[in-house]
Amino acid sequence: MASNKDSFGRTLFVVVGLCFICSVFVSTAAVLLRPIQIENKLLDKQKYILEAAGLIDTKEAKVDKAEVLETYAKFVEAKLVDLKTGEWVEGDADSFDADKAARDLKNSFKPQNDVASVKRVANTAVVYVVNDEQGKPKTLILPIKGYGLWSTMYAFLAVEPDINTIKSLVYYSFTGSGETPGLGGEVQNPQWMAKWHGKKLYNEQGELAIKVTKLPAVAASVHGVDTLSGATLTGNGVQNSLDFWLGEEGFARFIEKVRKGGLS
Amino acid sequence: MANAKELKEVLSGPIVSNNPIALQVLGVCSALAVTSKLETALVMTIALTAVCAFSNLFISMLRNHIPSSVRIIVQMTIIASLVIVVDQVLQAYAYDVAKQLSVFVGLIITNCIVMGRAEAYAMKTPPMMSFMDGIGNGIGYGAILLSVGFVRELFGNGSLFGVEILSKVSDGGWYQPNGLLLLPPSAFFLIGTLIWIIRTIKPEQVEAKG
Repeated sequence: MASNKDSFGRTLFVVVGLCFICSVFVSTAAVLLRPIQIENKLLDKQKYILEAAGLIDTKEAKVDKAEVLETYAKFVEAKLVDLKTGEWVEGDADSFDADKAARDLKNSFKPQNDVASVKRVANTAVVYVVNDEQGKPKTLILPIKGYGLWSTMYAFLAVEPDINTIKSLVYYSFTGSGETPGLGGEVQNPQWMAKWHGKKLYNEQGELAIKVTKLPAVAASVHGVDTLSGATLTGNGVQNSLDFWLGEEGFARFIEKVRKGGLS
Repeated sequence: MANAKELKEVLSGPIVSNNPIALQVLGVCSALAVTSKLETALVMTIALTAVCAFSNLFISMLRNHIPSSVRIIVQMTIIASLVIVVDQVLQAYAYDVAKQLSVFVGLIITNCIVMGRAEAYAMKTPPMMSFMDGIGNGIGYGAILLSVGFVRELFGNGSLFGVEILSKVSDGGWYQPNGLLLLPPSAFFLIGTLIWIIRTIKPEQVEAKG
């Protein structure tokens, strides 16, 4: 060693050199593994869509990769919708990334009444139509998202073709490290998820009536779902997400269109 | 180069006689969090072993060049880089498990076992022995994790590695699972019991009363 390892120049050299080597190492790994990770994410998403549709049960042991791809390809149809008009639009729905599209300032808008803190919404949104064996629409899946306590929570809301009866609400992804495990994280608890089954979104007057509530009397009704104890803010987040995405700036126009003209 | 006896000591020492969790009581945070299932416990063990072994190796290789004024930061940089790479690999090849482990892979960075071995051992030992020491400590950590995971999954969920062993009442069987075992506090009791057993067999591990 030419100079003392504790000298100023030497320290700087080691630190800068090490940072350089480490950053090359980390970024190489990240870039090389990226395609496989994207594939995993997509597969994971398809798995949750199938779960929301009730076609597979992800809580059961291992879900076979090929089975997911096959079932998805057979029954699920991803379609793009214009939120402003409610009309179908052409485009590659399978690779559509709502968050990416929302960052495109020309093709997105800033909601006036942003209860779910979504910040920006793309003009188009993807919905998933799940068909039965005969190719008739059996379930409609609307992707929703909204801010809970710590994170943006992503979910699939599966409804019957009447767009009123809920089949399931499946939370599948969170930004950052997600909601508090054991409290807000219980949105993924199968027992809580089961409470959504069969509830109605709208009342007789056609108003959005679904409520995440702590009141037992409301929770027992057809429009109420018992909230998670200890997770008031996550529960509010779920409510806000539903309010926003079923509201005027969400899927309201589209739902109106489907009510009149059906899902095809 | 070290002789075979020393190598054996470095590899097997951390399993019982110098266990990082049971004797040094390090890395307990992750041991509570990831042991509700054997699968996550196993993947966490492999991840920690890999990080610990390679961080020891690299730190030991650089030990004569690391300026002492910034040595902890240098160690952290190496450990953090390794952890990110391990996290990326898990997300690519074991996505489901990676999702369950969530933040805990990232938290290997702050795991005191890795830092402790880097600072206490790798900084003054040649690379090969440091590497082995990392593996030894990973195995020691894993031994506790897997024993705790075994008890928690078997009695908390009636299964091992997701395969049903005791059929649960909820599935029409006879076994009523102990829900406490699925919650993190149960790992406290189990680790405490393990430490008690180890220290009863090896009384020299009991700290002297001050």
